[in-house]
Amino acid sequence: MNGFHKTDEKSRTQSPFVHEVAALCVLAGKILLQNGAETFRVEDTMNRIARNFSIENAQSFVTPTGIIFSIENTDITKLVRISSRGTDFRKVTQVNSLSRQVAEGALGINEAYRQLKMIDSSTKTYAPWLQVLAAASASSCFLLMFLGKWQDLFPAFIAGGAGQAAAMYFHRLTKVKFFSEFISSIFVGLIALYSVKIGWGIDLNKIIIGAVMPLVPGVPITNAVRDLMAGDLVSGLSKFAESVLTAFAIGIGITFALALR
Amino acid sequence: MTLIGMLLVQALTSFIATCAFGIIYNIPKKPLIHGGFIGLVSWIIYFLIYQWNGNDFAATFFAAFVIAVMSHIFARLCKNPVIIYSVSGIIPLVPGGLTYTVMNRAVGDQYSLALHLGEKAFVLSGAIAMGLIFAEVLYPLTKGVMQTLLPSEDRKSNVKQVFFHK
Repeated sequence: MNGFHKTDEKSRTQSPFVHEVAALCVLAGKILLQNGAETFRVEDTMNRIARNFSIENAQSFVTPTGIIFSIENTDITKLVRISSRGTDFRKVTQVNSLSRQVAEGALGINEAYRQLKMIDSSTKTYAPWLQVLAAASASSCFLLMFLGKWQDLFPAFIAGGAGQAAAMYFHRLTKVKFFSEFISSIFVGLIALYSVKIGWGIDLNKIIIGAVMPLVPGVPITNAVRDLMAGDLVSGLSKFAESVLTAFAIGIGITFALALR
Repeated sequence: MTLIGMLLVQALTSFIATCAFGIIYNIPKKPLIHGGFIGLVSWIIYFLIYQWNGNDFAATFFAAFVIAVMSHIFARLCKNPVIIYSVSGIIPLVPGGLTYTVMNRAVGDQYSLALHLGEKAFVLSGAIAMGLIFAEVLYPLTKGVMQTLLPSEDRKSNVKQVFFHK
């Protein structure tokens, strides 16, 4: 042996290319997980990007709080801690289409990494007033869908909008999700209570249920059960725990408000 | 007349509510409208089944199944991830009001009622998840059947991806 084989092996497993691919995969997974994609989609996208750069033996393990990514036969194992999670499906869509472009071979690795960085740092959302208006109209629509009375439409509109505005404001202020949900559900409860008291609304329970819908963790619970069924046990259980805590925060907030009557 | 009026109100409100949730979740404009359409259809199905036999488990299951099938079709057509279509359609089905009632009862010292309703909420979210997973399992199967039926030249290897996402 003259050592050629050895250098060849070394260059294959430790070449900068493999590291770049790993960095690209982990960044894509991080953006997806932080913005509300499902667990299996995160794992799938990461493995798929690696495969498109002809790295066949990549493994990924994703939980809601972190990503472990490793490529077999190399010295690459990456761990990423995810501390904040939100819901921003624009970024999920963008990463998805980028992964498609990579699969078609339309994007080189450097260009893909640059675009991912741009997606990660972009803050393009709908305007805050539009989000509040959306929550308000969703609340009043839910009231009608749950066969509430037409007279309760306006209180539900106000309460839902105020709840969403409070949730957004306090989330920006404190960064503690449960606290902002607690405060905003107090707002919802108080507005519903006083609107019934002064005679604008009729059915207190229907108003509260409609107005609390934008806050209630319905989708996380469904995603949790779905993750459990699909075999992602760890992320299913932890999502379940998170959504139960959120539901507690809302329930306690509403009851707190109702106790003030 | 009243039934038709009621259905119209339900259709309109479910469309607006689903689109509004899409705005909160920051879904781009075109999938937003598609998601609203999915929400409309599934809510009407839910509403009719629920009014017809009063079983909300069956109604939820069928509506979730329809959501998943339609989301897969839209996702395939527009090349977007499935979740951005299904998520806002699920919202009306989700037992959010029930969850609120559970918490309200639990904090108000009525534990047995809270436990009872909590189980119901859990079973209902299970029904949604079952509907979604059913469609996800069946969808690749139908694709495989379609490929064997159609005399297409490239029956690629993707017939074999049958289960979930693997």
